[in-house]
Amino acid sequence: MKKEIQLTIDGNTIQVPEGTTILKAAESIGIKIPTICYHDYCTANALCRICVVEIEGSRTLIPSCVAKVSSDMQVKTKSERVIKSRKTILEMLVSSIDLSESPEILNMIDEYEANPSRFPDAERREHAVIDDNPMFIRDYEKCILCWRCVQVCAEDAQYTFAINFSGRGYETQINTFYEKPLPETSCVFCGQCIGVCPTGALKPKREWLLQDGYQPEEIMLLTRTQRKKKTKSSARPSSGGSHE
Amino acid sequence: MPNFNHPDMYQALFSDIKTNTPIKSPVYEKSGEIAAPTPKEIRVVLRNYGKIDPENINEYISQDGYQALLTCLTSYSPEQVIQVITDSGLRGRGGAGFPAGKKWQFTKNSPGEIKFVVCNADEGDPGAFMNRRVLEDDPHAVIEGMVIAAYAIGATQGYVYCRAEYPQAVRRMNIALKQARELGLLGKNIMATGFDFDIEVRMGAGAFVCGEETALMASIEGHRGEPRPRPPFPAVSGLWGKPTNINNVETFANVPQIILKGAEWFASMGTEKSKGTKTFALAGDVNHTGLIEVPLGISLREIVYDVGGGIKNNKGFKAVQTGGPMGGCLPEDYLDTPVDYEALAAAGSIMGSGGMIVMDEDTCMVDIARFFMDFIQDESCGKCTPCRVGTHSMLEILTRICEGKGKDGDIEELEHLSKVTRINSLCGLGQGAPNPVESTLKHFREEYEAHIYEKRCPAKVCRDLVQFSIIEDDCTGCMVCARNCPVEAIEGEKKQPHSIDPEVCIKCGICYNVCLFEAVVRQSE
Ligand SMILES: Cc1cc2nc3c(=O)[nH]c(=O)nc-3n(C[C@H](O)[C@H](O)[C@H](O)COP(=O)(O)O)c2cc1C
Ligand code: SF4
Repeated sequence: MKKEIQLTIDGNTIQVPEGTTILKAAESIGIKIPTICYHDYCTANALCRICVVEIEGSRTLIPSCVAKVSSDMQVKTKSERVIKSRKTILEMLVSSIDLSESPEILNMIDEYEANPSRFPDAERREHAVIDDNPMFIRDYEKCILCWRCVQVCAEDAQYTFAINFSGRGYETQINTFYEKPLPETSCVFCGQCIGVCPTGALKPKREWLLQDGYQPEEIMLLTRTQRKKKTKSSARPSSGGSHE
Repeated sequence: MPNFNHPDMYQALFSDIKTNTPIKSPVYEKSGEIAAPTPKEIRVVLRNYGKIDPENINEYISQDGYQALLTCLTSYSPEQVIQVITDSGLRGRGGAGFPAGKKWQFTKNSPGEIKFVVCNADEGDPGAFMNRRVLEDDPHAVIEGMVIAAYAIGATQGYVYCRAEYPQAVRRMNIALKQARELGLLGKNIMATGFDFDIEVRMGAGAFVCGEETALMASIEGHRGEPRPRPPFPAVSGLWGKPTNINNVETFANVPQIILKGAEWFASMGTEKSKGTKTFALAGDVNHTGLIEVPLGISLREIVYDVGGGIKNNKGFKAVQTGGPMGGCLPEDYLDTPVDYEALAAAGSIMGSGGMIVMDEDTCMVDIARFFMDFIQDESCGKCTPCRVGTHSMLEILTRICEGKGKDGDIEELEHLSKVTRINSLCGLGQGAPNPVESTLKHFREEYEAHIYEKRCPAKVCRDLVQFSIIEDDCTGCMVCARNCPVEAIEGEKKQPHSIDPEVCIKCGICYNVCLFEAVVRQSE
């Protein structure tokens, strides 16, 4: 059995097994620390910094999704520094990213009374929707760079490595290598990335078309003709380089 | 490799090389990166500069090179080596100043068969070239330091992570590694003592953030160079998950000297907590710029005036910026601050890896803060929110202030963003990013206020807040300004006083620079 560690979270002294993260330790006594980039089935990376907490004696705030408990740790999940930081981080996100399809983050913005127009002059991330395959679209204007899609595409699930970070600083975005269209990459269209996207930046194409006002029949037709075309062309004999 | 089967044979070889290598007196560049040392300088890390041919291992050996390694391998236990380094008080020269002996001890104590030693030669600070000089002119000192570290912690493989923009350093390092291997000072069974360790050079593409240790290791592994949360620290889980000891070039270069001359000798230089010497790339508005090495504890004033020869063109001193892009700017009142890790931090700056920029009275501190923030936001890896968005927002505000569009509340917003970015960012880049803003706000707040509330740039640097005009009485009508103005904003007949049309002027400042009669003036009112 693992060693038990005693620590205090918001005044409650508890014991949890060694190696538990602060996030999970808090959860075990019903204290909910907000998270955005964290996902139970992905490697935690502490990117969004919304889950930061105050630990006595620490200069900086500590991301609870990755930080492990230690003996006699004094954790405050709602200190003034923590609340102010979370609020500002939410304001940073909302000032630069389209969060209209991220209900969880919008709720946090309400809860922390974050001001969506705190940075009125902020440059917004503007990206055209990438519609380069029949399965799903990528709308990076809505991307908060949680990195979950990259991780499930890589070592967290699929081992396909089709997407990664590109660019630097404010220009950072998720992309394929050399910005190639998805069908030209190692992508196998497994859809794991869509499953973990928290903001609607990755979306099945049908859902996107429906939102765009297409009727289900039209969509069926769209995909059917495409499918037909494909069978027709692949049925054609391809030997001897008989290209049209 | 010589067919030596006992360390004593290496001792004999070294004595032989020493008697047969002629002693040369050092040659310094007349006008270049390094001049002969001034009386306030001490050369430990740069001791072989100009004295030896870095591409000839015998010349390094003639200066007691590899003697420290031989002593360690034959007479010291790994624990004893760590003890000497700990006693010397050597601290990491890459910026944070973590005690080197302690880091070695941690890595040694970490369980694991395979361990690594990494030399951080990324040197990303703009204008810094301290590490490059050591790599180019004394590569064996770095190698020797790394082998000693490897022996102390029990590592078998080392890497020198050097930026690709340093082709000469990479070339010389590779030559040095080859020569050391040929002599049996690296590789299998080093100096016939049974100890194995080898080193490879890895090149980085020159991203500033790749100097951060976890990003550097990601880059060596072939991933995108971006930091990951610590803990676990590299000493516990570094390269490929193995315990890894990572130190700066200068940290390693100090090691052989400490072993040879003893911990007391090293600890006799410096202050209570900052021992030894430090190299700096002295730049900016001083008479003698270039690479210097000074004992720690020296005051900033001594560096600026005694080593640097004072401010150029008899101008007044305004600030000195230490610590690179994440450092701080200190004003005249702080010139007596000793160069010491704790004292600089207390003053609102940092030691950093050795950047030092001196600024004269014509420098606008808001513009300087904007300049550094521009660098930082561009170099942010973009992984975590506070750094990616926070530095960008701070830059937007600073740019606005410099353009004369600052508003009430901007200073408070900068202070708030600085705090949030500092305490919430994932790595040292975001945590240090607010330093230039916070230090200038602390020491030069009135300049921010002048920009925001009076739409005035006291140093007359920020273009949008400056007007150019010609003093009629001083103008000889030579027409130089009119000919050089790129937008034809200057009018006037030959030998008649000229004038500038403010509507057309783009404030490039060319007329101000070319006028021989000081008739063009800048104003900011
Ligand atoms: C953004 C950033 C850039 C850094 N750049 C460098 C660098 O160029 N060279 C260096 O030696 N250390 C650099 N460091 C510090 C390293 O992370 C690390 O602390 C250092 O290499 C440890 O060696 P030391 O203990 O000998 O100083 C940087 C840190 C940060 C956060
Ligand atoms: S602080 Fe900046 S450089 Fe460091 S991980 Fe975060 S975004 Fe990247």
